[in-house]
Amino acid sequence: MPVQVRIPTPLRKLTNNEELVTVAAGTVGTAIAELQSRYPGIKDRLLDEQGAVRRFVNVYVNEEDIRFLQNQQTPLKDGDEISIIPAIAGG
Amino acid sequence: MEKQCSYMKALKCRECGHEYALEATHVCEFDFGPLEVVYDYERIQGRLTREVIQSRPQTMWRYRELLPIAGEPTVGTQVGYTPLVKADRLAKRLGIRELWVKNDTVNYPTLSFKDRVVSVALSRARELGFTTVACASTGNLANSVAANAASVGLDAYVFIPHDLEQGKVLNSLIYGARVISIKGHYDEVNRLCAEIAGKYRWAFVNVNMRPYYAEGSKSMGFEIMEQLGWKIPQHTVICMASGSLLTKIHKSYQEFSKLGLAQSHPWKIHGAQATGCSPITTAQKAGLDFFKPVKPATIAKSLAIGTPADGFYALKVMKETGGHGEDVTDDEIREGIRMLAECEGIFAETAGGVTVGVAKKLIAQGRISAGDSAVLCVTGNGLKTLDAVAGHAGETREIRPSLREFEAVLALDKPDLARS
Repeated sequence: MPVQVRIPTPLRKLTNNEELVTVAAGTVGTAIAELQSRYPGIKDRLLDEQGAVRRFVNVYVNEEDIRFLQNQQTPLKDGDEISIIPAIAGG
Repeated sequence: MEKQCSYMKALKCRECGHEYALEATHVCEFDFGPLEVVYDYERIQGRLTREVIQSRPQTMWRYRELLPIAGEPTVGTQVGYTPLVKADRLAKRLGIRELWVKNDTVNYPTLSFKDRVVSVALSRARELGFTTVACASTGNLANSVAANAASVGLDAYVFIPHDLEQGKVLNSLIYGARVISIKGHYDEVNRLCAEIAGKYRWAFVNVNMRPYYAEGSKSMGFEIMEQLGWKIPQHTVICMASGSLLTKIHKSYQEFSKLGLAQSHPWKIHGAQATGCSPITTAQKAGLDFFKPVKPATIAKSLAIGTPADGFYALKVMKETGGHGEDVTDDEIREGIRMLAECEGIFAETAGGVTVGVAKKLIAQGRISAGDSAVLCVTGNGLKTLDAVAGHAGETREIRPSLREFEAVLALDKPDLARS
């Protein structure tokens, strides 16, 4: 399934400054694996040693946080958009 | 104040422990974890004694060794040391043995606790050579950055959501700050500021200066302990937007305890939010250690942060101390504002109404025992959010300058008095 992944500024060094990357994947987990095969090193920035999404990285599928979906098992369909957003400061 | 050198050692990632130089940077390059200032507690121990503190002027800077600047403070040198009010009438109303109100509605110069964090952030920004300062703000921070920047001639850009209270907008404009109103909610303002901070060499107090800025909140906790006679309160109720204030007050208790400046005993930290923006308390009540971001809809605009940066750590503090989270509706917020005003003569902004309303709930639930003692952190002044209580605070009654007309009114209030 072709889905679009929105890459945050701090990770664009790894994607040759690409802001929007299209990958073919059936779940969020396979989308991350696909990103890693094209942009080596990106997985370690997103996932911790246990393979879980890092606490200060938020991953959304169509604006919904994957922690409230099925995490990395969240299924994807044609045209879905994944956003990767580092937690930001504020307040 | 005597000459002092820095007691800071480094910035350190709270997640992986990687250390960074003491510059204007706030997230770990590797895992995006927040950076925090590390102090040389061994050198502070013994130098910062109760006697030394008491010999200094009554400002937040009397705890200078535990605040993250290298030299002497140059911005906001008069900030802090606000009253800790023994709130007997409110205690009776809420049904608790002993209650105190830490009253930052009268903090200098802009009537909110934000003057504490801004004086630290701007003093540090000047040490690092910045001439333009900026912030993303729900209002109080904008006011404080604008005023404190003006006082030392720094250029200020403040970014606010478009729907803020008029009082808070004017309170930034009057100091000559450049105020940019963003068509979006705070989290969108914040995201834009993260991009701007990446592009221009400005000191964004709550973005790239955040490790320094956030430490300023500890002074509220230091003052509470000193004003209680070097004691840590049994219960502290703190309102949460990003959750930073709550985590830093907890840290202040840990530091005084570690340095032997306050008697150590268990304390509970409770978090308060508005029901219309309660990502942290909702997670706390559900027993989760992460929160679901929300789109805010509450009159407590100063707390309307749907993606709280310190939400995770605030949850951790409540859990570790055995505290609770609770939230209150807009009507309960107004009731909280009125109770504090009617019982103690303190007019708080909406965030204060949240704190009082949540304290009432936690006492009623028995989560704060009726026989215990609690401190409520009231963080901002009601004169800034008049819109929120307009039409809910009673009405004036207009009469002609005639004694007869006055007595007609009095007869309604006090029939016995008017008859005599």
